[in-house]
Amino acid sequence: MQSGNPLLDHLFRRAGFGASAADLQAVAGMSYPAAVDYFVDFDKLGDDVDSKIGLSDYVGITTRGQFSPSTVIDDARQRWLFRMLHTTRPLQEKMALFWHNHFGVGYTKVAGAVGAVVGTKMMANKSGDTPGPQGHYELLRQMGIGKFRDMLIAVAQDPAMLVFLDGRTNTRAKPQENFGREVMELFTWGLGHYVEADVYAAARVFTGWNLRNVPGADANDPASYQEFIYNSGQHDTTAKAFTFPINGGSSTISTRSAAAGMQDGIDLLTSLANHPETARRLARKLWNFFVSDLEDAPSAFVEAVADVYLRNDTNMRAVVRYIFNSQWFTNPGNFNARYSWPAEFVIRTIKEMGWNGLSIDSARVSLTNMGQTLFEPPNVAGWQLGRAWFGTGQMLARMNFAATVAANQKFNLARSFSATERAQASRVLDAMLQRFTPAPLAANEKTELLTYLNTGGPWTGSDAQMQAKAPGLARLVAGSGEYQFV
Amino acid sequence: MASKVTRREFIRDGVAAFTLSFAAPAFLVDIARAQGAVSRNLVVIYLAGGNDALSTIVPYTDPFYYSRRPAIAVPAANVLQIGSDSAGRALGLHPRLTGLQTIFNQGRLAIIQRAGYQNSSRSHFQGTDIWGTADPNNSSGTGWLGRYLDTMPSPIDPLSGWNTSGATYRALTGSNIAVPSITNPAGYSFASPNSGAEAINERNSAIRLASTDRPDRPSLAFVNTSAMEAFATLDRVASVVSYQSTLTYPNNGFAQALKTVAGSIAKGIGTRVYWVQTGGFDTHSGQGNAGGGGYATLMTTVGDSLLAFYNDLQNQGLLNNTLMIQFSEFGRRISENGSQGTDHGAGSIMMAIGGGVRGGIYGTAPDLNPKPDNPTLENSGGDVTYETDFRTVYAKVLDGWLGTDSVSILGGNFRANAPAFI
Repeated sequence: MQSGNPLLDHLFRRAGFGASAADLQAVAGMSYPAAVDYFVDFDKLGDDVDSKIGLSDYVGITTRGQFSPSTVIDDARQRWLFRMLHTTRPLQEKMALFWHNHFGVGYTKVAGAVGAVVGTKMMANKSGDTPGPQGHYELLRQMGIGKFRDMLIAVAQDPAMLVFLDGRTNTRAKPQENFGREVMELFTWGLGHYVEADVYAAARVFTGWNLRNVPGADANDPASYQEFIYNSGQHDTTAKAFTFPINGGSSTISTRSAAAGMQDGIDLLTSLANHPETARRLARKLWNFFVSDLEDAPSAFVEAVADVYLRNDTNMRAVVRYIFNSQWFTNPGNFNARYSWPAEFVIRTIKEMGWNGLSIDSARVSLTNMGQTLFEPPNVAGWQLGRAWFGTGQMLARMNFAATVAANQKFNLARSFSATERAQASRVLDAMLQRFTPAPLAANEKTELLTYLNTGGPWTGSDAQMQAKAPGLARLVAGSGEYQFV
Repeated sequence: MASKVTRREFIRDGVAAFTLSFAAPAFLVDIARAQGAVSRNLVVIYLAGGNDALSTIVPYTDPFYYSRRPAIAVPAANVLQIGSDSAGRALGLHPRLTGLQTIFNQGRLAIIQRAGYQNSSRSHFQGTDIWGTADPNNSSGTGWLGRYLDTMPSPIDPLSGWNTSGATYRALTGSNIAVPSITNPAGYSFASPNSGAEAINERNSAIRLASTDRPDRPSLAFVNTSAMEAFATLDRVASVVSYQSTLTYPNNGFAQALKTVAGSIAKGIGTRVYWVQTGGFDTHSGQGNAGGGGYATLMTTVGDSLLAFYNDLQNQGLLNNTLMIQFSEFGRRISENGSQGTDHGAGSIMMAIGGGVRGGIYGTAPDLNPKPDNPTLENSGGDVTYETDFRTVYAKVLDGWLGTDSVSILGGNFRANAPAFI
């Protein structure tokens, strides 16, 4: 829904998932910097969104047996989508989505190794739901706006990651390179700053970073879990030589006792997180996520954001606040300058079209057709972004999702116009375009939408006509090219 | 006439045609036919995850195969014998590959041993990207199939390629074409909250909105083009749903995707390149004991599904128009790990199947003895080193099957030493 302030609409699309009327009410009267703080300092608001699941006035869920989002992956997907839609802390979910793409852990491999119940727990167990550590996404959700260094270390010890990149089998006799490679190539500074010898050394650094199995009665027992263990007997204690300085000093991690050997990994992760090249790489990814993916980040942005990151001890809260207040973010030229991710599209569509009587499960299913199954990025590098979201089948899936929600909301949409608005087709169109926040439509497109309203019979604004034309118009707007941008 | 129509003109002028009949299948099929002098099809089969070639094509007389894989080696007595390679090494198919043995015995399965490239990436995504770009030094940019489709005369029919998987692959990425990802033709339709005439009004409006020319916003034009291509392909894809196969395909996703491809070929909707994949090949653990277990399940899926597809095409008289080419991003380590599995390795196999394929075994099997001077191994004897550059196989496909110029598409001449499987 439009606020009347294009910059605020922009902030809602980028820092959140669009705005419902209630969302706009929460920031009513705030200056722009105050609204940014409202988004960024989200922990001042309670994290009570899960308590709304199942209540009327909120989107529904579809259960197969008992709703169990910590042990059934499709329920976990529904819970995350529910949170995106109804949270009062949208930036928390937005950052979790960003990091989910950054770390690229996928459910199928995890579940293939440890079973569906423990695998779901590894992805999405909410602390307290079932025994064992919190899941990968919960970790990202809790740490996503804290210090990147802390999150990186937590991810390196995260059971889902230890399965996904095989760290659980990384032993002294058989160092496992998978995580050692990806932590440099994808999670921190990227290709070009290290050589193969660094990959071998990194593999040895993480030997003994394994998992401990805490079995339940059987594989389907929600009490069963796995947790990180530093297995000192499997740690390679010899020195590891790198081609870059560790913690700003020597390029070698010296021999340590097996008991103290976990510090090897902490040292390497700390060095990587604190490196200016990591700062720059994250700055470029954040540009594409928050500012624009139509053009590359200008070096002035990269250097400025990297500087904020390094001066604030890798604190993402400072980084994100800086970006939202920056000249780049607030530049109207960057409004609607990013291809929306499918998760963003479905949530904004529901926020702006309505959810009373809808199950969020419809979004879960449609997301797969749009190319973004949550908890299932195609590989550790995450999803292919930008234009890659817009194959024909994926675009059709977006148009059809708009139709699905419009059909579901048919009567709500028809009733949502005042008698004055219903009196003229052009007023219905104007009101509908206030309800949605697409990129500006061309004049002839507005004419086309008006033509649609007037096709099939003279405009009367009758209930029957509204029940046909309101959902039809809503789907045309949400299925338009303009609406696919945020 | 078709070749004179630019993409933009097509999109703009296409509206009239769409408005008349809601789609323009005949018009587009004419374009498709004009683009291809012959109706040859290429079906690319991707075994996702890094296929353990040594379990697919078993060197069952190599003692090191058994000593280095004490748990997972396929017993010599169980393999399906297919003879020996040119170096005299006896080879057998995995016992679950009875389907491929049938095709091999008909002389229509070519097995290309030790396919790969120098300094093989052990990374799934970088490896897959390299097989896609066909450039071991560059894993970004366009892919070999996308570049092939780019050579088709404008306007390129969006259905000239068909990705049956939900993921996007670099191999299919072109400069001028976005290959549609259509996993389920039955679901590839335009939904409406209304019915009857009102639904038609809605669809016409959607088409007109998507056809709005927005030269000021190339990103928006791109999205609108995707929508237009969806409208332009709906009816043809729908026609595939009614395909009656000549036999029952196995009940798995891979086989059902192949059935869709067979339907598309049989209906003649103009597609030239299909992408079909099946996953689960990242067998770090649970690969199975003595030829059973997880890998055996994978082999059943591959062998039975490909045989069904092969027989269906043969029954339809379409086998001579079809070439299947199989790859995986890398092979796996020779020695098993502690979990009845194998980790990421290097050289793997490729296979080609089709009515025009000269069946047999191409290239030589590795000698699995980890001695330092063994030229068939690398990484201190840990991995199989490549013998056939995968780009020579691509070159053979491009030149010999698709009738295009492999040098321009691959950015180099890889015709020398290409296995002569077609």
